[in-house]
Amino acid sequence: MGLKDFLLKPKFFVYLGIFILLMFMPKVLPIYQLMLLESGITFAIMSLGFNLLLRYTGLLSFGHGALFAVGAYSVGMMGEYFPEMYRIEILIPVALFASFVVSTIFGFICVRHTRVFFSILALALSMVLFALLVKLYNITGGSDGIHIELPMMFGKSYEGVKRFEFLSGAYYFVLICVFAASTIIMLGIVNSPFGKTLQSIRDNEVRAEMIGIRIRRYRLYAFILSGLFTGLGGAMWSFVNGHVTPEIAEWVFSGEIVYMTLLGGFMVFEGPIIGAILFTYLKLYAVSFTQYWMFLIGATLITLVLLLPEGIAGGFVKLVTKIRRTPSTGVA
Amino acid sequence: MLKVRELIKDFGKVRIINSATFEVNTDEIVSLVGPNGAGKTTLVNLISGHIPPTTGRIEFLGHDITFTSPYRRIKMGVARNFQITNLFADSSVLDNVRICLFSTYGKIKRCFLPANYYGAITQEAVNILDMFGISDKKDLLPPSLSEGDKKILDTSMAFALKSKFLLLDEPTSGVATGDKFKVMDTIISAVKKEKMACMIIEHDMDIVADYTDRVLVLTEGQILADGRPKEIMEQDDVKKILFGVTS
Amino acid sequence: MENWVIYVLNGLYFASFLFLTSLGLSIILGVMGILNLAHGSLFAIGAFVAAWIVGAFGTNAPITLFIVGLFAALGVSGIVGLALETSLIRPMYQRALEYQLLITFGALLLIEDLIKMVWGGTAYYASKPFTVMGNLGIGDNQYPLYFLFAILTSMAAGLCIWIVMSKTRIGIMLRSISMDREMATAMGIRIGRLNTLAFGMGAALAGLAGALIVPTTPALLGIGMDPLILAFIVVVLGGLGSLKGALIGSFIVGETRSLGIVFFPEIELPLLFLIAVIILVFKPEGLFGR
Repeated sequence: MGLKDFLLKPKFFVYLGIFILLMFMPKVLPIYQLMLLESGITFAIMSLGFNLLLRYTGLLSFGHGALFAVGAYSVGMMGEYFPEMYRIEILIPVALFASFVVSTIFGFICVRHTRVFFSILALALSMVLFALLVKLYNITGGSDGIHIELPMMFGKSYEGVKRFEFLSGAYYFVLICVFAASTIIMLGIVNSPFGKTLQSIRDNEVRAEMIGIRIRRYRLYAFILSGLFTGLGGAMWSFVNGHVTPEIAEWVFSGEIVYMTLLGGFMVFEGPIIGAILFTYLKLYAVSFTQYWMFLIGATLITLVLLLPEGIAGGFVKLVTKIRRTPSTGVA
Repeated sequence: MLKVRELIKDFGKVRIINSATFEVNTDEIVSLVGPNGAGKTTLVNLISGHIPPTTGRIEFLGHDITFTSPYRRIKMGVARNFQITNLFADSSVLDNVRICLFSTYGKIKRCFLPANYYGAITQEAVNILDMFGISDKKDLLPPSLSEGDKKILDTSMAFALKSKFLLLDEPTSGVATGDKFKVMDTIISAVKKEKMACMIIEHDMDIVADYTDRVLVLTEGQILADGRPKEIMEQDDVKKILFGVTS
Repeated sequence: MENWVIYVLNGLYFASFLFLTSLGLSIILGVMGILNLAHGSLFAIGAFVAAWIVGAFGTNAPITLFIVGLFAALGVSGIVGLALETSLIRPMYQRALEYQLLITFGALLLIEDLIKMVWGGTAYYASKPFTVMGNLGIGDNQYPLYFLFAILTSMAAGLCIWIVMSKTRIGIMLRSISMDREMATAMGIRIGRLNTLAFGMGAALAGLAGALIVPTTPALLGIGMDPLILAFIVVVLGGLGSLKGALIGSFIVGETRSLGIVFFPEIELPLLFLIAVIILVFKPEGLFGR
């Protein structure tokens, strides 16, 4: 099955339809809803990266908030220290590069261990980054964080433009394109020989090694790729949020990343995307509802794990498969 | 091709393999027989590199591989299957073989094109499955296969690694008796076609007699006999060990 | 010179509750194979229970109250642990490791907010026992007797655990499960109930550790996160399943923290972590790991 066959599959048309729909959103949605959607989309890019590790490599990271923070803070620091280079064409590569460096370091430390230790080592590393972000306030702005100015995009300056105008205008389309590109690239990765290799490591480490696959090395590659996507999400998010603070590196946010992936269902490729976008809306409404936000996600997380581990997208797929399989139960 | 010299393996105070010395030449099919607990699987583990020997020497194609890692040995051309089938449970049967091929052809780093794009490799995977008679099951997942089919898949994966020396640990156990010979036919003809050397742990003496060039009889860690099947099986001490009778 | 003695003794103080926490984590990890992400929250429960008891009942007999608090903390955390294990973790035995981690993480979130619900967001101080115990003069410096009390308490607890693990039948069964689960089941050992017991023990130890800390640090929301990470570092450093490892690991981490605070106050946690990582690079199984 090549590219041509993929183009004819119904899925492709659904994707295309959604893409076109998204393009019209600025006309349809009021600005604060649009910003919420944009937040959700940046989280979706991040979740794609997270799920490469979870679903396809079998590694559960409780520290991905740190990688998100790296992307976001690299934008902030570029704005602080290199304002003459504050253009999105430079900012994104810089964010990717910073993510690459940090993921390589984190990944190198974490992948040498069993899967259980991996999870908590990732958490510990993210706490270290969080501590650094807070304590080195001279460089990072400490707990106040860094304000994110509007960047130049493709030669045009947005100084003096209000953020909501920027976000509902050119930036939105840039974001959608980045999102579409990320999804397509990730689709390619997970279906490629590399993706199959990761899955074999997830399924059966011993056997994978017997086939001549170096486990640690490929886990590291997966971690780095994951970090790149997550950092990209963080960078794109920084413009929407307008401000970056150390909290995004803390364990709570890392937990939310895990949660949104599970909510959408990590067994299905599109699951994390759905989960991320859904989560942004859920969080907004829940937080205005109760101050016990962590209790809520804790309880729903446990419920999800116990009852619906496939998440929403997974459950949907299961339902669809079940319906397809049951022929009309006509005459007995 | 493979030279084993005075290989000794102790687990604590117990000597599992006691000064084993033998050779396997290119194109040879050698069977390893012996009662349970004789140390056959341990010997295979020593050759594949999963456990290090206490003393002794293993040479492969002129290189000393006594302490080389399993990964390096695979790259050098030593492949094995597993007595307890060890498959990728969440990938399709086709993918199980395809991953081996990707690894053999050095394509596992390719991350931009979908796996199905690699038509030649995919076709080869189908061919291998065909050769082993399980291509009709190519889209199924391993847990839904019968025990015998799992073993066949396991062996076909080891085969897909295109190694020079294949270690097979009871490739027909669990396979229905009627199919045993078919499976062996497939394996042996594939092995001969690729000019591989092969060492097979077997319990079925008919298979040993019909398919293998040489027999190594292992008992209590020592090689009791080494020679052609017909000759070996006439020897009294061998018959006693294997069948418990003397003529 | 005397400053160094104080630093080392301070380090021992840190090490004492670190030891209890990591011992608890190690027992759970060893016997059940589960990394209990809610461990820090159990620590926090202990801290809040003890602080509340000392604060709520007046200041007449702070030491006695504190000792009551210690036992209460032990008990409450232990009970919460037992409840957690039976309700949430047991259904997860058959599932993949990831789900177990997720469940304990969900429990962490739940408990953090439960603490908020019960005790609100304010800090609970319980410094009376600390001040009442007074100081011991060492050279020119004053060494708080409370620190000694904490160290002795944790040693005592450690000793109890050691006795249970090596001399009682239950302890031997627990150890055999941690060494080879299949064999243990084959020998007829009731894994289910022992798992619950192990979890309860681990939780109680965490609660006790949390209680021990409150005379010097107020009970605050989120107080459990650092101990979780530190306990994990200790377990990884000292090697899994080893009481000796937990002891020595806690000592190393405690001393590093103490000296780190003196010489590199800004980057104490990262420094600690860096040292742990360096050790792990050379010895992934920890210093005394199996």
